[in-house]
Amino acid sequence: MRARVWGCRGSVAAPGPDTMRYGGNTSCVEVLGEGGEALVLDAGTGMRPLGVQMSQEGINTIHVFLTHLHMDHLQGLGFFRPLFAPDAEVHVWGPPSPVQPLADRIATYMSPPLFPVRVADIPCQLTFHDAPTEPVTIGGLTVTASLVTHQGPTVGYRVEENGRSIVYLPDHEPGIAGLDLASQPTDWISGHGLAYQADVLLHDAQYGDDEYPRHAGWGHSAIGHVVAFAQKAEVRHLVLFHHDPYHTDAELETLNDDACRLWGGDGKECVSSAWEGMNIDIGRDGVSLEAIPY
Amino acid sequence: MPESDGHGQTPRSLPLILARELAANLATPMFLIDGEGMLVFFNEAAELMLGKQYSEIGQVTAPDFGDMLQLETLDGTPLRKRDSPPGIAFNQREPAHSTLLATTLDGNRKAQWEITAYPLFGRTGDMHGVLTVFWEAKS
Repeated sequence: MRARVWGCRGSVAAPGPDTMRYGGNTSCVEVLGEGGEALVLDAGTGMRPLGVQMSQEGINTIHVFLTHLHMDHLQGLGFFRPLFAPDAEVHVWGPPSPVQPLADRIATYMSPPLFPVRVADIPCQLTFHDAPTEPVTIGGLTVTASLVTHQGPTVGYRVEENGRSIVYLPDHEPGIAGLDLASQPTDWISGHGLAYQADVLLHDAQYGDDEYPRHAGWGHSAIGHVVAFAQKAEVRHLVLFHHDPYHTDAELETLNDDACRLWGGDGKECVSSAWEGMNIDIGRDGVSLEAIPY
Repeated sequence: MPESDGHGQTPRSLPLILARELAANLATPMFLIDGEGMLVFFNEAAELMLGKQYSEIGQVTAPDFGDMLQLETLDGTPLRKRDSPPGIAFNQREPAHSTLLATTLDGNRKAQWEITAYPLFGRTGDMHGVLTVFWEAKS
């Protein structure tokens, strides 16, 4: 199983000279199974270049797993080239609602005046599914979803293959209401079961610990929360994700240093920050995370 | 996903986690029963009301807890557990409210309470548990 980060910015796309190293596109991660299965985690603006590549590679069956429907996780969907290929088969999964089917909720964005093309006019074979409450198998990949604490209905995903796992919790505030994650029983921590002993955890790291008090309850994590959560869940590699759009590359590096220090001894081996273009190889023999190249 | 987290703990559902956090942050006695009928939490205000901490009682079934916390109607008649607000909310899956007398677990104090219980239905309609609130009645 391989993963590639196509967007790791939170809230809103943030292109510019101050964000070139880590990137400005919003949440989108490609996961490819050993058998060629193609999954996309979230449809942020990073989905646009991913769609170009998938079209060039002739990938025709794609499963898109949405954690929630905030715009930074959805805006790229309308620019995902496979949607406009009649022979492509695209499955979109998202959190369930007792009120409206997923297709109708997505149509709120994909319809005039916000978007020129209606969902009903998308030419590919498009199918919508509620995020699975039981694990689903897609080729050799198993995907599990679980509701987690964020603003509004939001799920996280765990993708497994051959006993290896990657967990994706881009928007998550497990430390809400001042919860002390270190002392909390594990079964009462949002997302813990999903993340438990994951090989790689991509997790919300929007705020520095000094910034968090001004944003408590907004649905995102401080660096201290992320490290405490990952260690409580016995995660092997923590990847800081969903970077605040106001954080420059230099500030992200400071936050990464803070996270490594909080992790302790092997922090520099176990903690890294997601960057646009980062490749993650989760093979039978181990995990390799591509270091930022410059 | 692992069935348990290696500590023998099955992950709680998000509605239960959020209900527990809500209760933990309020000054009103609140009790949380999970979808299996286990009393899984009560808050500090409830500890004050009962005269015992949750850690002293631990996780017990709701009926067993009902044996500890005797509820009576206002004329002093013991209430059948299934007729209590949490009993109704859990068994009949509908909200319930009563004005009842409750005696502290140490037997030292009996007071009148407005008791409201309501089931916690998740987004897919499944019941995750029951939250019960005790409001001290103004006499």
